[in-house]
Amino acid sequence: MNGTPSTTNGDVDLSIEFCGVRAPNPFWLASGPPTNSEYQVRRAFEAGWGGAVWKTISHEPIVNVSSRYGAVDYEGRKVMGLNNIELITDRTLEDNLREIANVKRDFPNHALFVSLMVESKREAWHDIVKRTEDTGADGLELNFGCPHGMSERGMGSAVGQVPEYTQMITEWVKEVARTPVMVKLTPNITDVGAIGRAGARGGADAIALINTLNSIMGVDLDTLAPKPHVRGQGSHGGYCGPAVKPIALHMVSQIANDPEIGLPISGIGGIQTWQEATEHMLLGAASIQVCTAVMHFGFRIVEELISGVSNWMRAKGFGACGDFVGASRERVRDWSDLDLNYKVVAEIDQQTCINCGLCYIACEDGCHQSINIERVPESQFRKTRRDIADRTFVSGTKRYTFGAGDGYVNRFTINQETCVGCNMCALICPVEGCIAMVEIDTGKPPMSWREYQKRLAAGETELLEPPKHV
Amino acid sequence: MAKSGIRRNSKMLRAKFAELHPPLDDDEAAAAAVHCLYCYDAPCTRACPTRIDIPHFIRQILHKDTRGAAKTILDANIFGGSCARVCPTEVLCEGACVDNTLLNEPVLIGRLQRFACDDSHEASMNFYTPGADTGKRVAIIGAGPAGLTCAHELRKQGHRVTVFEARDVAGGLNTLGIAAYKISTEFALSEVERIMKMGIDLRLGSPVDADRLAQYLLEYDAVFLAVGLGRTAPLDIPGENLKGVWEALDFIFQTHTKPLNKCKVGKQVVVIGGGNTAIDAANAAVRLGAESVTVAYRRDKHAMPAFEHEYDLALSSGVQILWLTKPLKIMGRAGKVAGVRVQRVRLDGRGRKARLEPVRGSEYTLPCDMMIKALGQETLHELLEVFPKLKLTKNGRVVVNPRTGATSIPKLFAGGDCQKDAGEEVVNAVEAGKIAAAGIVALLSR
Ligand SMILES: Cc1cc2nc3c(=O)[nH]c(=O)nc-3n(C[C@H](O)[C@H](O)[C@H](O)COP(=O)(O)OP(=O)(O)OC[C@H]3O[C@@H](n4cnc5c(N)ncnc54)[C@H](O)[C@@H]3O)c2cc1C
Ligand SMILES: Cc1cc2nc3c(=O)[nH]c(=O)nc-3n(C[C@H](O)[C@H](O)[C@H](O)COP(=O)(O)O)c2cc1C
Ligand code: SF4
Ligand code: SF4
Ligand code: SF4
Repeated sequence: MNGTPSTTNGDVDLSIEFCGVRAPNPFWLASGPPTNSEYQVRRAFEAGWGGAVWKTISHEPIVNVSSRYGAVDYEGRKVMGLNNIELITDRTLEDNLREIANVKRDFPNHALFVSLMVESKREAWHDIVKRTEDTGADGLELNFGCPHGMSERGMGSAVGQVPEYTQMITEWVKEVARTPVMVKLTPNITDVGAIGRAGARGGADAIALINTLNSIMGVDLDTLAPKPHVRGQGSHGGYCGPAVKPIALHMVSQIANDPEIGLPISGIGGIQTWQEATEHMLLGAASIQVCTAVMHFGFRIVEELISGVSNWMRAKGFGACGDFVGASRERVRDWSDLDLNYKVVAEIDQQTCINCGLCYIACEDGCHQSINIERVPESQFRKTRRDIADRTFVSGTKRYTFGAGDGYVNRFTINQETCVGCNMCALICPVEGCIAMVEIDTGKPPMSWREYQKRLAAGETELLEPPKHV
Repeated sequence: MAKSGIRRNSKMLRAKFAELHPPLDDDEAAAAAVHCLYCYDAPCTRACPTRIDIPHFIRQILHKDTRGAAKTILDANIFGGSCARVCPTEVLCEGACVDNTLLNEPVLIGRLQRFACDDSHEASMNFYTPGADTGKRVAIIGAGPAGLTCAHELRKQGHRVTVFEARDVAGGLNTLGIAAYKISTEFALSEVERIMKMGIDLRLGSPVDADRLAQYLLEYDAVFLAVGLGRTAPLDIPGENLKGVWEALDFIFQTHTKPLNKCKVGKQVVVIGGGNTAIDAANAAVRLGAESVTVAYRRDKHAMPAFEHEYDLALSSGVQILWLTKPLKIMGRAGKVAGVRVQRVRLDGRGRKARLEPVRGSEYTLPCDMMIKALGQETLHELLEVFPKLKLTKNGRVVVNPRTGATSIPKLFAGGDCQKDAGEEVVNAVEAGKIAAAGIVALLSR
């Protein structure tokens, strides 16, 4: 029943040490419904998860409402984003503590943190910290993040939105804690760095982020009730799932690049695939946590995470997680540091283009009017394609061409003179790799906006020309 | 021939005539709609003779506005529900779809179109209202897709319309001629009904002859000739009058006018021809319970006009095809067909222009108790050729201005299967009706 000490996958070793706590791999469950009970966390560890943060506990169980979750489906894909108006644990403290101890006893090599949230009173925090640590748990996570319900009672994000409270409660916890203390941040704030720094000043050993974002999922167009609803009424809920990853990455990178913080980071938010986990790690997360993806697909998705990251590490020549955690951190810079003399333009591969015209209308209506459209007679088009056998078919006595209609095929080419290199066409092109953004030599040395301002002031450079428009 | 010996119950027959492409349910429609890329100057739309804005209606389906989708379709094509069922989408919209290249299969445009039209079928009965009365009167000859579409468009503009139809049922070949496993008679008639709601004076059982046509040209402000085509061309070989020799059209008509278990079919059926009509007749014969169905075509596969997908359907239904086989004579016994004497031929040259050279000594007899003639349809020359001023092609089709539908005779318009270069599909007839209506509206507003 003991977990393996490390998830080794041939020549790569995924095991980590995170603020003194060892785990077989960096893939942990975030505090939430999947970590609600001994039954679930056992199954998770058996499935291969390297760690877990127990569903937030408190002195008294809370009472939940029904219904609780809402989702954004996007053109047929289910749950691009999830939100919830569920509170912290609805189980008694005694039950939680007993089960945490059981799990820890049976899985000594897995990382088990416990998420805590109590009234903002020193004695209350001291009490729960001590009782939690008596279970043998590896560490604590302070939930200063839940944006709904608990915040109305002065807890969760009500703490995490005020640096002074964050620092004060972290200090209270550190007064008695013997295990590492991780502060979990809310993204519902203008500058997440301010709260991260407050946690660091309070003595935190690690930062976890992000918790969920304030949200209203939608409005039911039949009943006019907000979604999700409780007898026809709704409330601001916490948003998570794939849609929030970019926001999470931004915040992870902000904390990772803050010179006043310098703490290990547990990255959370929108992780569903190994690529997303790796992105969090490249920007500075030493462990990652997952909630929604497991709520959607179950514990076994960890197998794809392990396999995907291992194969990527192998391809990149990384033997251990430490080899790449934070490798992209310093590449996130101020805009003013970016090179104004670097230039890319779009280029369409006519052989793989399917002539759908999406790039054309995107550039024409939404970007910089830099794609040419030309009607090529069907017969002439057939001569230009190498793979024409795959692009045509015969039925009856006639030959037909995919992408043709009314006797012509539209051919699209980039006007590289006016293309500003915005990427839009390459982003929307349905054919992978059909539009490449290629670098063109401007013949000029790199120059950031900061340097540009200096040189302008010193009279060393001319004003840069605005782009040519239609 | 006929019902003899073949046991058929109507439930079994109905199952065999169940529609080829069953309707999509909500989830299937959503899953299919997702694949549409929303192309710019969409190839599918350009490949649709009526220019239905396909990316637009698919996006409406995707966003659960099926009523809007139905309106988009019917605005462009008032027979949208029929076309969704009967169009050879494989060579029209779906054949042009860029997803063929991207995903190796097209968006299911036809079935999505059917989904939208069926879903809003009842609501669509009230989509259109007649325009304010202009007092102008137009006579339309023929209540097929071309004639009725023209009538609908003219009513939208407030012109008065009288439609003369020879048969006692409206809809032309869309109601009677299309394989019953593609479209039900009831559905075809319901689309006619929607047009009738525009207030059209429909005269069923009113064949128009040359004299009446001349009279209508005087009485009405404009006349639209939408008579389609005539009988199946004769084979011009001995024995065509034997009992058990059928014309393809009559054979298919019965599947729309009689209960399926009353339809006549032979045990051994031979079909002569290589076009879509021949294949349709063969497919219908198999479904009606024939034990063997053989299509004999005098050219080879490359020259066969039938669409690939229709041909595939025939093969998978168990139809046998004999290439390079020419009928010489229909053999009879006691006044009834007993077989077809055929001869093998050799091709001299390639494609449809190749010369056929009989192979001497290759004659043999294909036994059968039903023979279906399925060469092309002839034009209605009796009606058309009495007007010396009406310009016709060599093969008797009416020459029209492709942008207005105007013929060489003032006030006389024509379109649909009877016109020069006709597409010979319902969707082309609909477009011809739209073009002629626009031409007539322009003439009447002068
Ligand atoms: C066997 C067969 C299968 C087919 N299958 C398909 C298919 O799967 N898909 C598809 O898209 N198309 C199919 N078609 C073709 C399609 O049916 C025609 O292209 C379309 O119906 C033509 O429309 P129309 O209005 O020009 O002529 P028609 O539909 O032929 O209508 C002409 C009308 O004019 C009437 N008429 C004729 N003469 C007179 C007169 N003198 N006075 C008054 N009324 C007159 C006729 O009775 C008829 O109702 C098929 C055709 C056949 C024969
Ligand atoms: C239903 C639900 C309940 C949650 N409960 C808690 C909680 O009790 N404590 C906590 O710190 N975070 C809680 N979270 C937030 C998650 O731990 C996590 O920070 C967030 O969902 C983002 O990660 P994800 O995109 O992988 O879901 C909850 C999330 C969900 C969806
Ligand atoms: S990169 Fe931007 S500006 Fe250039 S062609 Fe593409 S969409 Fe237009
Ligand atoms: S979006 Fe891509 S596939 Fe479509 S026309 Fe443009 S380059 Fe071709
Ligand atoms: S061609 Fe295909 S993908 Fe493009 S708009 Fe038409 S149906 Fe959609």
